[in-house]
Amino acid sequence: MAIEFIDIVETSLAGLGTGSLMALTGVAFVIIYKATKVINLAIGEMLMIGAFVFYGFSASLALPIWASVPLTLAVSAVIGGVIERTMIRPLLKDNPVSVFMVTIGLTSVLIGVVELIWSAEPRRLPEFLPSQPVIIADAFIPSKTAYSFLIAAAAMAVLITVFSFWRGGIALRATATDRAAASSVGIDVPGVFSFSWMLAATVAALAGILVGSVGGISSAMGLFGLSVFVVVIVGGLDSILGALIAGLFIGWLEAMVGRFLGGEFKLLATFSILLVVLVVRPYGLFGTHEIERL
Amino acid sequence: MRVGTAKESYAADEGLFKTDTQKVWFGLLMAGLLLFPLNGSNYWMFLAVLVMINVISTTGLNILTGYTGQVSLGHAAFMAVGAYTVAFFDGRFDTPVLLNLVLAGAVAAGIGYLVGLPSLRIKGLYLAIATLAASVILGFVFLNWTPVTGGLRGLNVPTATIAGIELATPDRLYWLVMPICVVMVLAAKNLFRTRVGRAFIAIRDRDISAEIIGISLFKYKLMSFAISSFYAGVAGGLWAYLFRVVTPESFPALASIFFLAAVIVGGAGTIVGGIFGAVFMTLIPEFLKLSATALVPWFPDASIYLAPVRNIIFGLLIIGFLIFEPMGLAEMWRRTRRYFALWPFRT
Amino acid sequence: MSPLHPAAPVRPPAARLDVENLSLQFGGVKALDGIDLNVAPGSITALIGPNGAGKTSAFNSISGFYKPKTGTVRLDGEDITAVPARDRAKLGLARTFQNIALFRGMTVLDNIKLGRHAHLTAGVFDAFLYWGKAKREEMELRAEVERDVIDFLELDHIRNVPVAILPYGLQKKVELARALAMRPRILMLDEPVAGMNREETEDMARAILDVREEWGVTVLLVEHDMGMVMDISDHVCVLNFGRRIAAGTPEEVRNNPDVIKAYLGSSGDPRRAAEGHAPVGEVA
Repeated sequence: MAIEFIDIVETSLAGLGTGSLMALTGVAFVIIYKATKVINLAIGEMLMIGAFVFYGFSASLALPIWASVPLTLAVSAVIGGVIERTMIRPLLKDNPVSVFMVTIGLTSVLIGVVELIWSAEPRRLPEFLPSQPVIIADAFIPSKTAYSFLIAAAAMAVLITVFSFWRGGIALRATATDRAAASSVGIDVPGVFSFSWMLAATVAALAGILVGSVGGISSAMGLFGLSVFVVVIVGGLDSILGALIAGLFIGWLEAMVGRFLGGEFKLLATFSILLVVLVVRPYGLFGTHEIERL
Repeated sequence: MRVGTAKESYAADEGLFKTDTQKVWFGLLMAGLLLFPLNGSNYWMFLAVLVMINVISTTGLNILTGYTGQVSLGHAAFMAVGAYTVAFFDGRFDTPVLLNLVLAGAVAAGIGYLVGLPSLRIKGLYLAIATLAASVILGFVFLNWTPVTGGLRGLNVPTATIAGIELATPDRLYWLVMPICVVMVLAAKNLFRTRVGRAFIAIRDRDISAEIIGISLFKYKLMSFAISSFYAGVAGGLWAYLFRVVTPESFPALASIFFLAAVIVGGAGTIVGGIFGAVFMTLIPEFLKLSATALVPWFPDASIYLAPVRNIIFGLLIIGFLIFEPMGLAEMWRRTRRYFALWPFRT
Repeated sequence: MSPLHPAAPVRPPAARLDVENLSLQFGGVKALDGIDLNVAPGSITALIGPNGAGKTSAFNSISGFYKPKTGTVRLDGEDITAVPARDRAKLGLARTFQNIALFRGMTVLDNIKLGRHAHLTAGVFDAFLYWGKAKREEMELRAEVERDVIDFLELDHIRNVPVAILPYGLQKKVELARALAMRPRILMLDEPVAGMNREETEDMARAILDVREEWGVTVLLVEHDMGMVMDISDHVCVLNFGRRIAAGTPEEVRNNPDVIKAYLGSSGDPRRAAEGHAPVGEVA
């Protein structure tokens, strides 16, 4: 089988489109990890609930897009805050494994809630991105992929700017480095925890809206989270830059493998990469390597 | 501390059961297991067999996660390995049942050993993700290694036959599953009376100092993975004989969460906790089914909500127990016993 | 309590420990810079020095947790520098930790039994059956631990208590007990009395002296409590900024001008200096 060059280019571009969404979700994961050191296994399900909330506003209530998106983000922030306050904070002093398992429980709860309200059937989100396909050189890119890439890129640019320069972003990084020290210089540490979960839920919801508008929504769309774990582990759990680069890479890889080997090889490829990274460089490409002490 | 339990020898103090009360409870349990089939209901016999299969599997996960502290998100995949092994050998070569079950355990243990290898470099949460990766890869193998696994359609499993007796129904299968379950649970209990079990717990509590007092992390982490997978493999093999068909859908990722939930809800790091957890978690869906049926006169489509409500309850149980009763049902049981042992005094 | 096996306690002979030219580096920081240390068999040797002097680094290198950059560690003349930490346990090197490193989920008895791990041999199949070898071994272990360790350190009233709920001083003692259960030839104690009150300190000092007396074991300890160091050690080695600045009997060391300078910056009595040692920034 001759593989045409244009095919490779188009597949790559589509892959980078998906990859940008993985990167965005990965950033949501990293925000939580940086601030609270919690590995949130439910990130895919938080993305899913965001997509369904958006469905509720834009399809069920038929609100216009300019109202549905902010409403969805706001509701998601509240959900994130509630999760942090009721499930995560009571356990933060315990060992990290307990909190991790709580997020596993959360996965199950969120899937149940979505199926209870909207049933397990796949649905389509209302069309809101321009439908004109984008053509770069000779390569054809579906419009949704192209626009979701742009939106994701813009969102990440905003987030990175905020984290680098805004006071709250610095507070978050300070908390990440040393809780006790942050607290002693007057940073409201519990506030930072709540804020990080709210922000992450918002970012995940945005990613959910985009993922859903490209591929439709269903109670199983949290599986997207599986690829996101691979992204954050490859990139390094606490590195936003790592999530970005690894996101694009994994998205590209899945697209190429899916196109040229077959869809069933996608997860196999990503998880094989994951195993290799775990064994060779467990703290990821850009993550902080913590020296073990007695 | 319990009173009135003075011993006259170390052997008595190191015994499997430390008090007469425990011996009585164990005796009652055994009698209950022997007499249970008298109820004659096929449904209850099916449920009993399923519960015991889950007890075996949960005990396996408890050894790895509860006692050794290595979280596994791929336990169901090892059960699947066991189920496929039984289906393959019994279907293809008509090998004896007990041999198939040992093979199921052994193959699963071998794969568990391999999956455990990353645990030497990575810990805790990273390891959990690695086990998830392993289960994804195993799922791929089940789906695509068609000559052995039957691909998407899976494999049919012949009736278990021992000494010419066909164990086609749950009430007969019970007499295969029950003794295996009892033996494996007692073996696990024994394990933690010896240096091997203590080494597991040491690794859970403080792996660095475990190494410095002479425990090889390499050896014991892998051993724990292998033992845990062996239990899962045997449980999966029995599962295959109960359901008589194995497909890639038989053990979804959610099933791994089911066993993790059973360990947490029951009480991680206690054998009795694994039993409680498995019984409780297996009976919840049944209880929900009964309630849904009862609700039909008022809510005709109550049964559609069964699956989502079950997911929510599983999740909430995990979260709730971790927050409010991290030691699980075993701890509640211990407190209840203590209350009655000292009655009417309160502590 | 009547021992089931009234055999004579197994007490391996005390070992000597020789450390030569030990260096250790973390990134650009030299934690240890060519340390020499000789511990005579059956002695109590103390390793002292201000915070950040490298005492704990030296300890961790000797017990095999850190890989030193240069230097050798010899146990009874045998070079063990390349032996992994877990195998040093079997050679008779037992230690306690600065921040108690007990297995919190287990009882005192199980923690102590763990000390014997490397000397037991039951495999996983014996363990499942708890029959024959596994059972015999566990019974002997229990009897020995009861007789040699629990009675000796007077821990019998708490043997079935989970260590997590014990007060600090007792936890330290349980850690000592676990180290003793390892049948040590060299016992390394990292700040055995840190954070203890006067009474607990005296109790621990007595226990250490008893251990040396009864078990004939070599003791190497790191400690900030100068009162205790001066009282019980035969030999003191002083580190500062990763180098050895003095060694000798407690009396010699106390009057050594370099030592006085290290502790006070100018002159004074290290006995008083120990109360308010300035935080220089712990290296390890």
